[in-house]
Amino acid sequence: MGGYGTQIVNLFAATLLLIAFAMLAQRRIVALIHLFALQGLALVGSTVTVAWVTGQHHLYYSAAITFALKVVILPYILHRLIRRLNVKWDIETLLNIPTMMLVGIVLVVFAFNLAIPISEFSTSMARGTLGIALACVLLSFLMMITRSKAVPQVIGFLAMENGLFFAATSATYGMPMVVELGIALDVLVGMVILGVFLFQIREQFDSLDIRHLESLRDD
Amino acid sequence: MDVIVLLLAIPLAGGAILWTWGERESAPEVNSAFSLVTLVVACWLTAMVIEGGPILGFYEQFFVDSLNVFLITLTAFVGFTTSLFSRPYMRTERDRGRMTGPRLRLYHSMYQVFTFTMLLALTTNNMGILWVAMEAATLATVLLVSVYRTAASLEAAWKYFILCGVGIAQALFGTILLYFAAERVLGREGNALLWTHLDLVKGELQPAIMSLAFVFLLVGYGTKVGLVPLHNWLPDAHAEGPTPISAVLSGLLLNVALYSIVRCKVLADGALGSHFAGNMMMGFGLLSVVVAAFFLSRQRDIKRMFAYSSIEHMGLMTFAFGMGGPIANFAALLHMTVHSLVKSAIFFAVGHAVQKAGTQVMEDIRGLLKVSPRVGWGLMIGTLAILGMPPFGVFASEFLILTTAMREHAWATPILLLALGVAFAAIFARVQPMVFGDTGHPRLTHQPALTPVFIHLGFAFMLGLWIPPYLAAWYEQAARLLR
Repeated sequence: MGGYGTQIVNLFAATLLLIAFAMLAQRRIVALIHLFALQGLALVGSTVTVAWVTGQHHLYYSAAITFALKVVILPYILHRLIRRLNVKWDIETLLNIPTMMLVGIVLVVFAFNLAIPISEFSTSMARGTLGIALACVLLSFLMMITRSKAVPQVIGFLAMENGLFFAATSATYGMPMVVELGIALDVLVGMVILGVFLFQIREQFDSLDIRHLESLRDD
Repeated sequence: MDVIVLLLAIPLAGGAILWTWGERESAPEVNSAFSLVTLVVACWLTAMVIEGGPILGFYEQFFVDSLNVFLITLTAFVGFTTSLFSRPYMRTERDRGRMTGPRLRLYHSMYQVFTFTMLLALTTNNMGILWVAMEAATLATVLLVSVYRTAASLEAAWKYFILCGVGIAQALFGTILLYFAAERVLGREGNALLWTHLDLVKGELQPAIMSLAFVFLLVGYGTKVGLVPLHNWLPDAHAEGPTPISAVLSGLLLNVALYSIVRCKVLADGALGSHFAGNMMMGFGLLSVVVAAFFLSRQRDIKRMFAYSSIEHMGLMTFAFGMGGPIANFAALLHMTVHSLVKSAIFFAVGHAVQKAGTQVMEDIRGLLKVSPRVGWGLMIGTLAILGMPPFGVFASEFLILTTAMREHAWATPILLLALGVAFAAIFARVQPMVFGDTGHPRLTHQPALTPVFIHLGFAFMLGLWIPPYLAAWYEQAARLLR
């Protein structure tokens, strides 16, 4: 059974990585939100698999929280946000998608190398996936750096949290429940505050292009 | 145990009550009252710890020992004095139309929530909850940085949110790795992230995992400390938010973030048995001191300048904690205390000076001594204190740090001395014409609150000349704890 379980978790991990790459190249905001929800779903899938195979019951709860937060609530808030901000069909001009893909591949190699010495110590069934988790974090980071619109940056930020959550389940069967609840609360409150913030930015600059936000510097 | 819960419950209740109450005429006083009660409970807790030693509370979820108890008192104290300062400050802002009813409500409520997150970060025994509290501190203050809704303040708040968010995400990864290392020793129970448990078994934690975990934790919490090159959010957030927020960011948040790093360092040192963690902290600290000192001379905005001064001082403390040893740790803890007192006092004086002059540009602030001597003297004495002039406490702590550096890491001493010299020249040259000189600034509508400024400076003065024996014993105990 463990063999199949590992295979399934690896499949979900590969899906996560694939989605992270897809997000890097996706130019349309609404499609980006779909990808984010899909990534959340893959996360739920892998968590449930680990929970089922290992019999760690608290992982079911954390999968339920993840499902509620990352597949339902956050995408819902994001959809509402882009509708009310009127950016639903916005298309961002991304330069050099092939270059970004190459940089992404380099990051994945780097992440795997960084994770090798650590995953050796893992007794978890999903030990090979720590590198993938770290790669997802770094890819989301890259996405945040390369985007110039506020909403995609926010999605990149949330995707980074997905990668971290995956790291927690793949390396250690999840964090203690109280910590996971706290993190979920922080993410939710953070999202609400970011929403408020996006409206303030739009009101001030008439646009959500964060290139307007580059006047404060030391000259 | 009850005391710790009470300590956390008061500011939380304050946040909830002020959310409904915060725009009324009496809200600033209610805010101060909550902060005062928090301070009283903090003192009570301190008395208990002095008498009976470390306290574990609420299923071991909270832990107060000699290291964090003085930070708890300091946090509650600065929180209280800042709330006193913000009374006339916010009333003047409201008269000028910069603060409206809803904004005041947000401000007062979030002020208490921020105090709660700081105290939670300090008292918690759980490294995961520590992370949650640090992130919550960002969330509580981010809307306060943008409260004026100017283009610059929105930009500052966005930077603050994104940079600290990304930074703190690294700390979460570090915490996950820490849990990963701990789980192998302590088992998969909920207490594998409790610091007291980790401290007992730190020698058995896997070194390869712990070194990587410490790197991530240092980078993550280091972003909040404002260590170069992760400091970009700090000057903006200090300059564009309301001044009471600048005071608590510099006086409290940076301290608590550094405290988190120090807690992690104790574990990393125990696991690695080498000086790896200390060396990393020394490197980051030294870089921060030097870069901040050279940026100081290029500032035109008074709050930005003192924000860079905070980066410099946090760098110095990080360097001192990195050196380790009883004397350097003692000096770093003392420096934490006096920097927090003096820097918030400076921000109080700066807040009133800026309101008087109607600008934060230093060239346009002139002759403070003529319009209001007490603001002028407050700023001047505060500046001398932060620049390390004897007999203030900053002198004592910097002297200890420098002499330890000379003995143990002689190569670093000239770099530190150069940076401190550059900082002195830059700040003094700017502050001197602001305080002396001629002016035609109008008077303020509300009497400025300068008592907190002089109380803080008085304490810093006292700590430079004489450290009360119990306080010294306390620092020594904490310094021994850190090794």
